[in-house]
Amino acid sequence: MDDIAILGAGMHPWGKWGRNFVEYGEKAARDALADAEVGWDEIQFVSGANSVRCGYPGYVSASTFANALGFTGCQLASSYAACASGATALSIARAQILSGMCDVALVVGAESTPKGFFAPNAGERHEDPDWLRFHLVGATNPTYFALYARRRMELYGDTSEDFAAVKVKNSRHGVFNPNARYTKEYDADDIANSPMVADPLRLLEICATSDGGAALVVSSLEWAASRGVDNPVRVSGISTVSPTYPNSVIELPYLASDSWAAAGDETMTFKDNIAGRAYEEAAVSPEDLDFAEVYDLSSAYELDWYEHIGLCERGDAAKLLRAGDTALGGRIPVNPSGGLGAFGEAVPAQAIAQVCEMVWQLRGEAGHRQVEGARVGLSINHGMFGHGSSVICTR
Amino acid sequence: MRTPVAAVEGLFTLDVDEPRLIGGRARGRGSYFFPKSLAGSDPACLGDEIEEVLLSRTGRLWSFTTGEYAPPAPYVIPGDEFEPYVIAAVRLEEESLVVLGQVVPGVSVDELSVGMEMELAIDVLYSDDEHDYLVWKWAPAGHGENGEG
Repeated sequence: MDDIAILGAGMHPWGKWGRNFVEYGEKAARDALADAEVGWDEIQFVSGANSVRCGYPGYVSASTFANALGFTGCQLASSYAACASGATALSIARAQILSGMCDVALVVGAESTPKGFFAPNAGERHEDPDWLRFHLVGATNPTYFALYARRRMELYGDTSEDFAAVKVKNSRHGVFNPNARYTKEYDADDIANSPMVADPLRLLEICATSDGGAALVVSSLEWAASRGVDNPVRVSGISTVSPTYPNSVIELPYLASDSWAAAGDETMTFKDNIAGRAYEEAAVSPEDLDFAEVYDLSSAYELDWYEHIGLCERGDAAKLLRAGDTALGGRIPVNPSGGLGAFGEAVPAQAIAQVCEMVWQLRGEAGHRQVEGARVGLSINHGMFGHGSSVICTR
Repeated sequence: MRTPVAAVEGLFTLDVDEPRLIGGRARGRGSYFFPKSLAGSDPACLGDEIEEVLLSRTGRLWSFTTGEYAPPAPYVIPGDEFEPYVIAAVRLEEESLVVLGQVVPGVSVDELSVGMEMELAIDVLYSDDEHDYLVWKWAPAGHGENGEG
């Protein structure tokens, strides 16, 4: 697969600002354009990652953000894939560029979130699994994170102390990130003293819901070169895969796993399959990674990803963590940005923010959270209902 | 006297002594689904007839957790004040399927361990003046015998 260039990255800091999400997206877009030294009037295509929590303007995000920046007659696409929306928006921009339909595009996502648990859409919908799980079981997002955490304890002997250590690590990274929402360094006692939300996970171990915005300016390598950018950060692989039946793990928002009675086996899981496509496109392997940005929806969830992206064998993630391998300065730092533990989640912006971090890391502009000599980074997440999302950037 | 009704029709039987979940099974392929309406995720089931089947009413505990804070609507808080609850994911052997459900009241996480045998129960999810809205829940096998439940 051919690469595209990332010319600019921009973010609106994460927080609970309570303002119109359009402001966050516009700020991020203007910063990305300035970073790229590209004029808004030069952008030929806007790929928006939608929000379902900000009313109609959120469903037509590309148009909303283009309007905020001033309508120029550029082409638009708005897409939604839950937490994977940002990677989907980037993949659409890449397709436009690689097919020759455009040279330079803006990718942008932003959200303003309500307090507390994410909730399903209003109405009574008996065939919507997202509605059923809340109504019949009271299963919130942390319910699923906690079920996975308990499995780790049972199968691999992970402990609550291991999970807390993930949060401690990420909080130490987040201290150095001006865009992070939480820049306090937490210790194990802080976590142990925070309220239990979904046993064994405590409040400080569960991703908050945040406001934020993130944007990228991307182009063909030729267009980048025409602007004198000969060594840009490149998007070398994107995965937007669906699960492969059967997925033996209960995923958000379902009431049951797939059945492996007729095919496959109990070891087949969705999250094991997401990174593969990105590795294949980028022609890199887990050993080539210098760092990774993974979706730590909970502290324990980060450990799952170590295994899913091939940093270690299944069950060995806590060993990496305990050895310090995944902390800044370690062999393969994970979430040098501070991850969701330091950001909380602004759904359509989050996968784009992961790529922003890769841009700054690969340019050597990440300041005190810089991974020395970083050349290859991977981001990964997944959107509920079954949207895989992984991006590999190289330089 | 309130009339008992299913909180959502078609997902479980109302047999109070031996309740069953109602799932789907691809007649040719043999894959199971819960709920039946989600049949189709197995690509090999294309064109297969999906028959309605009653799922096993016992299984092994796959994982469990608690809900310590009140979820948003459409969860309905039963009674005047929110009470934390336990949630179980139970692995059904024959169907090779893991199914979520609340655990019956009175069972704490300290009494649960992965791998233990669980059985399906019916309990009131919430009530209004006219109806008790029922749902399936999981209980440790044998729980409720000897009148303790």
